[in-house]
Amino acid sequence: MSLTVENLSVAYRSRRGDITAVDSVSFRLADGEIMGLAGESGSGKSTIGNALIYMDPRMKLAGGKALLDGKELPLSDNDAMRKLRMTEVSLVPQYAMSALPPTRRIGKIIADLLKSHGIKDRDEVLSELLRRLELIGLKDEILRRYAFELSGGMRQRVTIIMSSLLNPSLLIADEVTSALDVSTQRAVGEMLIEFRDRGYIKSAIAITHDLSILAQIADSITIMYAGRLAEKASTAAITEAPLHPYTQALIASLPEVGVRHEDTTLTGIPGRPPSLVNPPSGCRFRERCPFAFEKCTETPPFAEIRPGHQVACWKVSQEHGGGARVTVPAGAIADSASTKGTGK
Amino acid sequence: MRRFLSRKLITYLIAFVIGVTVDWGIPRLIPGDPVQAYLSQFRLQPAGYDALYKTMSEAFGTNGSAWDQYMHYWQSILTWNMGVSIGNFPARVTTLIGQALPYTLALLIPAIVLSYILGNRLGAAAARRKGLDNSVLPLGYVFQAMPYPWLALIIPYLLAVVWHVFPLSGGYSNSLLPTWSWTFIGSLLTHWFLPFLTVFLVSLGGWAIGMRNLVIYELENDSSRYLRALGARERVIRRYAYRNASLPQLSGLALQLGVVVGGNIVTEIAFQYPGLGKLLYTAIGNKDYFLLQGIFIFIIIGVLIANFVIDLVFISIDPRTRLSMQGAPA
Ligand SMILES: Nc1ncnc2c1ncn2[C@@H]1O[C@H](COP(=O)(O)OP(=O)(O)O)[C@@H](O)[C@H]1O
Ligand code: SF4
Ligand SMILES: [Mg+2]
Repeated sequence: MSLTVENLSVAYRSRRGDITAVDSVSFRLADGEIMGLAGESGSGKSTIGNALIYMDPRMKLAGGKALLDGKELPLSDNDAMRKLRMTEVSLVPQYAMSALPPTRRIGKIIADLLKSHGIKDRDEVLSELLRRLELIGLKDEILRRYAFELSGGMRQRVTIIMSSLLNPSLLIADEVTSALDVSTQRAVGEMLIEFRDRGYIKSAIAITHDLSILAQIADSITIMYAGRLAEKASTAAITEAPLHPYTQALIASLPEVGVRHEDTTLTGIPGRPPSLVNPPSGCRFRERCPFAFEKCTETPPFAEIRPGHQVACWKVSQEHGGGARVTVPAGAIADSASTKGTGK
Repeated sequence: MRRFLSRKLITYLIAFVIGVTVDWGIPRLIPGDPVQAYLSQFRLQPAGYDALYKTMSEAFGTNGSAWDQYMHYWQSILTWNMGVSIGNFPARVTTLIGQALPYTLALLIPAIVLSYILGNRLGAAAARRKGLDNSVLPLGYVFQAMPYPWLALIIPYLLAVVWHVFPLSGGYSNSLLPTWSWTFIGSLLTHWFLPFLTVFLVSLGGWAIGMRNLVIYELENDSSRYLRALGARERVIRRYAYRNASLPQLSGLALQLGVVVGGNIVTEIAFQYPGLGKLLYTAIGNKDYFLLQGIFIFIIIGVLIANFVIDLVFISIDPRTRLSMQGAPA
């Protein structure tokens, strides 16, 4: 297993108390897996991604842990994490368009990062960098440019190359296609696959609110709703036979697989996701779910209803009856985590 | 580059023409005519008055049609012959400006540049050290918010009146004649110090606070977050933040240096310091139109030249201006 995340809870400190943006999330990433992480805006996708690499001072680990290649990531130890960033786990941030420092040439920025990581043989990394630039179709002249001299697509590609330069085991790619036009989206998405195939990265989490791009690049898709995981399965299973009512609604609202749409809004289902400040107990989709019943006032476990397919829904686990194997007792842990989070 | 420069030059040329025209027009909008105002100070016989009025009007170029006057005005500017000061008759306007300018430049340029350098360092240090921040920030605000005339009273009161360390006012001691002797230079320096100190202190607080806020902002922005997410050392991130923060500070410096030739009226009046600001103030008091016009023309030219030089400097420092210069989208 490349990455194992167990009961991860992440909170933001705010004046109104802590907001548990990620609530007891568990999932696994196999070696070589590109996992798509999808869900409406605000569901906590970026928070998961950021928590795995850099917790800014507003964030805090409210519970759980993450193991990368069998070793636990020291998520809340900034100094220990610093050495692992870029080398073991790396990030292409959601704000990639404004991520490159404006007053230094791209090549200098990369050199500074290598220095920060105490890399001795910089020439070797540099020739590797040139190889990768060529692979992507960027001229090495780009290293002498400033960020603002690059188009959006070029910036996006440069950040991907930069973030993956030291061959991290895990690359978190947050909305790497969202700011781009359709043809560039495709190229950037394929870049992830290419980098994985060449072993530049071992595994990746591709975060997006746009399911159609995941259908093209992801091996598996995980659906998030209001800070919790709703469903995880292979890309084929999610797009062709989704089980969770929320996933079904998402897929149904896609105009047509492969056609881009601006925001994932559930046209068929009225209502909005619940506030994370004081989330309702039980299934968070309950208010909007056409199948909700009494049981749904309890938090459904993220249960493996068949190998490689996990769903957090009472209706689904009842239908798949005795066969359901509960991997994570999400309910108990989730509730205790959120009480811990808001209690302070 | 050539296209950029010629475009800039044309802009400055247009600004110059507009400035000169306004400078020519404004005094003429003031009711009454300057020669009449000047002559009315004296008790003159009507015959003598008429004769004097005629000669002086010709000498000052206030007779003739508006167009003639305007052309005459341009001619006097291009030949740098701004006429004679009414208030300091018969001193030439250009001579008076030439005498005042060195005082203003020697006072303001060191005060602005030194406060810029020190203020930036203080501000950047305050942005990363809480303890320092707790003293720099309030002190900075105190100096920045204090009404300048008040500071210009307190400091001279302490250093000149109570302790007699520095002379209170003037450009040099009245008992000396301007010569290049050590005594005279010493007198220049001691008279220079107090006005310098007040201007320096006031702008120091401003630079320090500006730099502190900019660095703190830069340390939290997206590019710093990205560097952190890629494991850059905090020292490196700070260096980037400082670099990014320096550019807006530098434009602030450029703005201040650009208007330096206007002098600093309040300081120069408070310390009776014989720079351009004081000259301007006296010219207004004396209704000395020609001197006023001359000073304004000089300020217009000075500001334009300074800004042009600053534009050139900026091109070599800020990569973004280099880009906009080539006409590419930023
Ligand atoms: N800095 C912050 N302070 C407080 N709450 C935040 C902050 N950033 C994000 N959140 C909360 O966390 C939730 C998840 O945010 P995010 O992970 O960015 O969502 P996504 O990436 O899925 O759009 C949001 O609904 C928001 O309420
Ligand atoms: S648990 Fe209940 S409310 Fe939640 S999705 Fe399943 S059926 Fe709907
Ligand atoms: Mg996001």
